[in-house]
Amino acid sequence: MEHYSMNLTLKVWRQKNKDSKGDFETYKVENISSEMSFLEMMDVLNDRLIREGKEPIAFDHDCREGICGTCSMYINGRPHGPWHANTTCQLHMRAYKDGDTIVVEPWRAKAFPVVKDLIVDRSAFDRIIQAGGYISVNTGNAVDANSLPIEKEKADESFAAAACIGCGACVAACKNSSAMLFVSAKVSHLALLPQGAPERKTRVLNMIAQMDKEGFGACTNTQACESVCPKEISMTNIAKLNSEYIISGLTSR
Amino acid sequence: MALTGVSLIAFLVVHVGINACIWAGDGGDMFNKASHFMGSTVVIRILEVGLFAGIILHIVQGLVLEVQNRSRRQTAYAVSLGNRGSKWYRRSMGLLGTLLLLFLVMHLSHFWVPSRFSTLETITIDGKEYPNQYADIIRVFHDPLVVVLYLLGCASLLYHLLHGFQSAFRTLGVGNNRYLALIKITGFWFSIIVSIGFAMMPISVYLEWIS
Ligand code: HEM
Ligand code: SF4
Ligand code: FES
Repeated sequence: MEHYSMNLTLKVWRQKNKDSKGDFETYKVENISSEMSFLEMMDVLNDRLIREGKEPIAFDHDCREGICGTCSMYINGRPHGPWHANTTCQLHMRAYKDGDTIVVEPWRAKAFPVVKDLIVDRSAFDRIIQAGGYISVNTGNAVDANSLPIEKEKADESFAAAACIGCGACVAACKNSSAMLFVSAKVSHLALLPQGAPERKTRVLNMIAQMDKEGFGACTNTQACESVCPKEISMTNIAKLNSEYIISGLTSR
Repeated sequence: MALTGVSLIAFLVVHVGINACIWAGDGGDMFNKASHFMGSTVVIRILEVGLFAGIILHIVQGLVLEVQNRSRRQTAYAVSLGNRGSKWYRRSMGLLGTLLLLFLVMHLSHFWVPSRFSTLETITIDGKEYPNQYADIIRVFHDPLVVVLYLLGCASLLYHLLHGFQSAFRTLGVGNNRYLALIKITGFWFSIIVSIGFAMMPISVYLEWIS
């Protein structure tokens, strides 16, 4: 594709800390290369702000290769920007053309309070995982992988669910701010494997209880989550989570 | 929500089935007999109580759910995802449900109240007296405003069901890909057939396809 450069108008949410009100600030950025990533474009802007003696825009990022899930930005009304199955760090400026205006907001959810500018506190997800999103195993020598045969279909399905990077785009996109896609991915991932079996019932009950406690909304199957998920986690997992929850609720002690 | 929703779906099957009797072409005899049966036995009276309880529970749950879910995002987005992520009606169940509630109030006052409290005229079919529900329908659907309001009610029902049918089964845990595919197709055609079935009543009366 042809290499080009562009001038853009950015409207970015600025908020000093979690208690301050916050508002949009408009910035002009010039000479942005179509080869840059979205975060590199933000770096260019921040570099300029620092040299001008202003406070740079705070945003979360880590791996910059689409696997860590920290780069939460709600860009022109869509988590992680316009590309399908993509993270903000893997969004490139060729998605835009000269003269475009780009509005950048933080994830908005009661359970994800803004810490500063575009950074939100996603520790609610960590607490949901701590409530049951693990398996208890004796550490020691790693067991031989072939000692525990798993059907190919189940392994594939479990792996597809395990691809969730915990980014929170599902919550950000959902009109109910529901975390069901995230929780369903974590529950499916373990429920499909023999290693997940011993804690299967308590896991789903405890994770859902924690999810509700954190103040996420209730799922109404609107399908927005699936459409924005960078890892294409399927909503079928939510139905599976519901059946896990119902059966565990009816049969656990 | 899902359980009461599925019960209401079951009720719609019976309701649209009885309504279809108006097209029997017998001047309303079959319809009058069927609707009299629905109002006359103890079993139906008990089911009626259950139905009202189900409707009220569904409405209360729905409104509480809508209000609670709205409170989970305190600052609105400046630019919203809108229809890029999900179809409008999948995000508008609270609104569609409220429209259906308004419709229901009108609908019950048109038909259920006169029939339940026996203020209908009677008609003799095969030597037996029946309340003339059929004549009442013909009378009500001669008002064009009523016809339009009924059609709006049917449209709300269509979209409420297009989402609600499959959503209920997902919430009840149908997570097998084959069954989900079946539920999507069944839900789609069920919603269309039932809504058109209801909509055809005021249309046929108003356009005098039946008399
Ligand atoms: C229970 C013991 C284990 C612990 C505490 C553990 C810990 C970790 C940690 C902390 C990382 C992240 C390293 C990073 O920064 O990338 C990691 C990555 C990894 N682990 Fe484990 N691990 C365990 C078991 C295993 C086993 C049994 C396997 C293989 C069968 C394994 C395979 C890997 C692989 C392939 C990576 C990715 C390395 C990379 O590219 O970063 N781990 N592990
Ligand atoms: S389900 Fe998808 S959108 Fe949600 S946290 Fe996991 S990767 Fe992100
Ligand atoms: S920075 Fe790690 S996924 Fe984007």
